[in-house]
Amino acid sequence: MQSFAKRCSSIGLALATVTSTSVFAEWQLDMTPGVTEVSQQVFDMHRTMLWWCVAIGVVVFGAMFYSMIMHRKSKGHEASQFHESTSVEIAWTVLPFVILILMAIPATKVLIAMSDTDDSALTVKITGSQWKWHYEYLDWEGQGGLDLDYYSILSTPSEEIIRPVLASGLFPKNTAKDSYREDGIYPERDELYKRDVDKPLIIPTGRKVRFLITSDDVIHSWWVPDFAIKKDAIPGFINELWTLVPEGKEGIYRGQCAELCGKDHAFMPVVVEARSVEDFEKWMVDAREAQKAEALAAANSLDKTFSKEELMAEGEKHYVARCSACHQANGQGLPPTFPALAGSKVALGAVADHIDIVNNGKNAMPAFGSMLSPKEIAAIVTYERNAWGNTPSDGIDVVQPRDVAK
Amino acid sequence: MGEHHGPMKGIKRWLYATNHKDIGAMYLWFSFIMFLTGGALAMIIRAELMYPGLQLVDPNFFNQMTTTHGLIMVFGAVMPGFVGLANLMVPMMIGAPDMALPRLNNWSFWILPFAFSLLIIAIIQSFLGISDAPNFGWTFYAPLSTKYGPASTDFFIFSVHMMGISSIMGAVNVIVTIFNLRAPGMTLMKMPLFVWTWLITAFLLIAVMPVLAGAVTMMLTDRHFGTSFFDAAGGGDPVLFQHVFWFFGHPEVYIMILPAFGIVSAIIPTFARKPLFGYASMVYATASIAFLSFVVWAHHMFTVGLPLAGNLFYMYMTMLIAVPTGVKVFNWVATMWKGSMTFEVPMLFAIAFVILFTIGGFSGLMLAITPVDQQYHDTYFVVAHFHYVLVSGAVFSIIAGVYYWLPKWTGRMYNIGLAKLHFWCSLIFVNLLFFPMHFVGLAGMPRRYSDYSLQFADFNWWISIGGFGFGVSQLILLWILIDICFRKKGEAVSDQVWEGAEGLEWTLPSPAPYHSFTTPPVVK
Ligand code: HEM
Ligand SMILES: [Cu+2]
Repeated sequence: MQSFAKRCSSIGLALATVTSTSVFAEWQLDMTPGVTEVSQQVFDMHRTMLWWCVAIGVVVFGAMFYSMIMHRKSKGHEASQFHESTSVEIAWTVLPFVILILMAIPATKVLIAMSDTDDSALTVKITGSQWKWHYEYLDWEGQGGLDLDYYSILSTPSEEIIRPVLASGLFPKNTAKDSYREDGIYPERDELYKRDVDKPLIIPTGRKVRFLITSDDVIHSWWVPDFAIKKDAIPGFINELWTLVPEGKEGIYRGQCAELCGKDHAFMPVVVEARSVEDFEKWMVDAREAQKAEALAAANSLDKTFSKEELMAEGEKHYVARCSACHQANGQGLPPTFPALAGSKVALGAVADHIDIVNNGKNAMPAFGSMLSPKEIAAIVTYERNAWGNTPSDGIDVVQPRDVAK
Repeated sequence: MGEHHGPMKGIKRWLYATNHKDIGAMYLWFSFIMFLTGGALAMIIRAELMYPGLQLVDPNFFNQMTTTHGLIMVFGAVMPGFVGLANLMVPMMIGAPDMALPRLNNWSFWILPFAFSLLIIAIIQSFLGISDAPNFGWTFYAPLSTKYGPASTDFFIFSVHMMGISSIMGAVNVIVTIFNLRAPGMTLMKMPLFVWTWLITAFLLIAVMPVLAGAVTMMLTDRHFGTSFFDAAGGGDPVLFQHVFWFFGHPEVYIMILPAFGIVSAIIPTFARKPLFGYASMVYATASIAFLSFVVWAHHMFTVGLPLAGNLFYMYMTMLIAVPTGVKVFNWVATMWKGSMTFEVPMLFAIAFVILFTIGGFSGLMLAITPVDQQYHDTYFVVAHFHYVLVSGAVFSIIAGVYYWLPKWTGRMYNIGLAKLHFWCSLIFVNLLFFPMHFVGLAGMPRRYSDYSLQFADFNWWISIGGFGFGVSQLILLWILIDICFRKKGEAVSDQVWEGAEGLEWTLPSPAPYHSFTTPPVVK
């Protein structure tokens, strides 16, 4: 009863938001003009095609409307009975053909340029996975072995993406969401709602950058409109593409995943930051240092023993960032695809199985062993075994990093 | 005159139906019910997308809505709609008593409700929060559908198999009927264009439905029997799935538009009171479009990383399709030119078809240019494009055909005032619904998104309003049809019905007799 009333009121709130008018948005009507040479050419080609279409449209629709206005029976217009004209028919077959050839020439040129990945200064491997991007720096000016990689995930906090009124289906029982905002008013929304990530991909300007793209689960598509590059990330295969951001065009460029990749398809933005070569090199040195330090800390953590409180606090943080999109903040999951963790067999059963599934994944669950440090995984597992009133059946409620690394 | 037998009584008339008009009517009603069902799902999509943020449904459920909406509209609304019109009109247009294979016809219809029950049961379970319906898009790309698909994927596969069987049987019937039952003197080049377009469509169906069946069978064995056609880890390739799918899928989109060309080619001459301009070139254009449809499938795959030569080939071939399509549009305009036009309801829909389909064609032309397509691909620009050709194209043509031939089927005229209201509401809302999608698409909103960022907000609000308006407008059509079919309202019409109409169907009495032509007419 309680939950029914609640559901009604939350649907009411949803309707209230739906009927208030919105005042977001700039009104972009056309394609993003290019930043790189290629994307500028693409943009120009788009405009040319558009104008051809408008011109043809004016002629064709013009003729149609002229005859609809002038040649109507109510005006006493008699129908003439012609129904063929070889010369006219040949003309309107040949003319479009010529226009198409005119368009095919520049298109061919740009396409050839787009597929030429030779002579690049930087090579970055991009791996799509549900629902984040993994960037690995493979080569900078022939140095190789850069040992630099990181994941890039959506940074919009999940409270800001208003949770739906209904967790699954339209009429399921008892699924009204607690996290739906009581006041029904949008939180302060920044322009970057849903378009920002924790760590953007950093590339240099003035140098050709080659991307190798693949995926470790389903097909994703990596898209940056300003560079006019979009390529599918296909599991088991590697695609290539490149861009060259001109010097002086340093800045942040945003895109999104463009191939349906499951539940959170709409929540895996792409952010690329182009920096001058000096800044890029400086960043790379710092980033590699930081990564080494992190690896060292992770290795050291294997000998340490952490308190339950410490693990729980850290675990909650990572759980919210990494796990709650599917298993939900309240541990209830979204059955049947995403099982509940509150009271679940895995979370309360043998600790080894619990660690195994987090490390290695299963079905729709990604393998976190390659993404998180042992300490982070230990914290998450500890958190899951104690949160939401869970009490493990094997009595093991604290997991240390060394348990995970085993 | 021999023993005349009319329809059986009661439910048996429909269950055991072998009469082309009974079956045609059932197809059309089935199509209309599916249209409303698929439309209802679209309304949920548009309600969620009215504002940025998630407010109504969970993203996984959202994906189930887009998937089932697409599947139901393509296989449940548009295709059966055309098959219904073929069943009703082909025998009447070629002077035959019925379809050539009536018993087969019964099967090809009755398979459909079972095929769609499987999909609908899945979606009802999902509505109730019991289990997931298919959630991988109507294109069901591997490995999202094979490795990650919900349990209902197996039912979906079975359902697709049944739809395929139904379509192939229907197509065989159309071909056999056209080849064998034409009235004496009706040579191929004297057949009405609707018959021609359906003949070509039927060949397309027979060519590609088995390909779809192959794709889903490979999926099935990948899911359950340890094969790995689409799994690189086992030596397969997810891109293979796309090649197979689009080798079916591209001709499929022509299957959904060629009969429409036939319908408007019947309607425009009638209300312009002038013969169709360029009959022969219409036939050749249709045939060349059908032929080209087999060599352009990879234009749906310009971003999967085809070799340069592949991308160039598919770009050139795709651009080429614009030529015969252009010829068709020019011919329709030339048919109206210097006519004596009136604007009855079927003509209104036919004219809207020509204009809006051409707009869809323009965006298609833009999509053909590979480097630019890589920007448009998988954005709302594409959603705008295919809805212009499918909704204001295919669906408008079916509606035009129904308004054109309904008086012949029932012997009565529908409520013209309401029909005009239906037209104007549909016209206004369909554009409000789909035109701004070009803008949000160009500005960068990807398709199949359950949520979007703020810069797309205003247009999406208008798009949703257009969507609700278009949805509600179709209830007017429902009312008109109930009125004339069940409440038997409407004034009696003459055999000719429309002043300028030509063709064998108008030589029959209105309503047309149960066995259309019992003695074949002679065509000069
Ligand atoms: C009431 C009118 C309609 C509305 C409001 C509507 C709206 C939509 C929307 C919002 C989408 C999702 C786009 C995306 O996120 O990618 C969609 C997809 C689609 N619609 Fe419609 N639509 C309508 C009618 C139709 C009709 C008549 C057809 C006929 C064939 C059709 C075919 C499709 C297809 C094939 C898809 C793609 C599904 C997918 O992404 O897998 N729609 N529609
Ligand atoms: Cu994605």
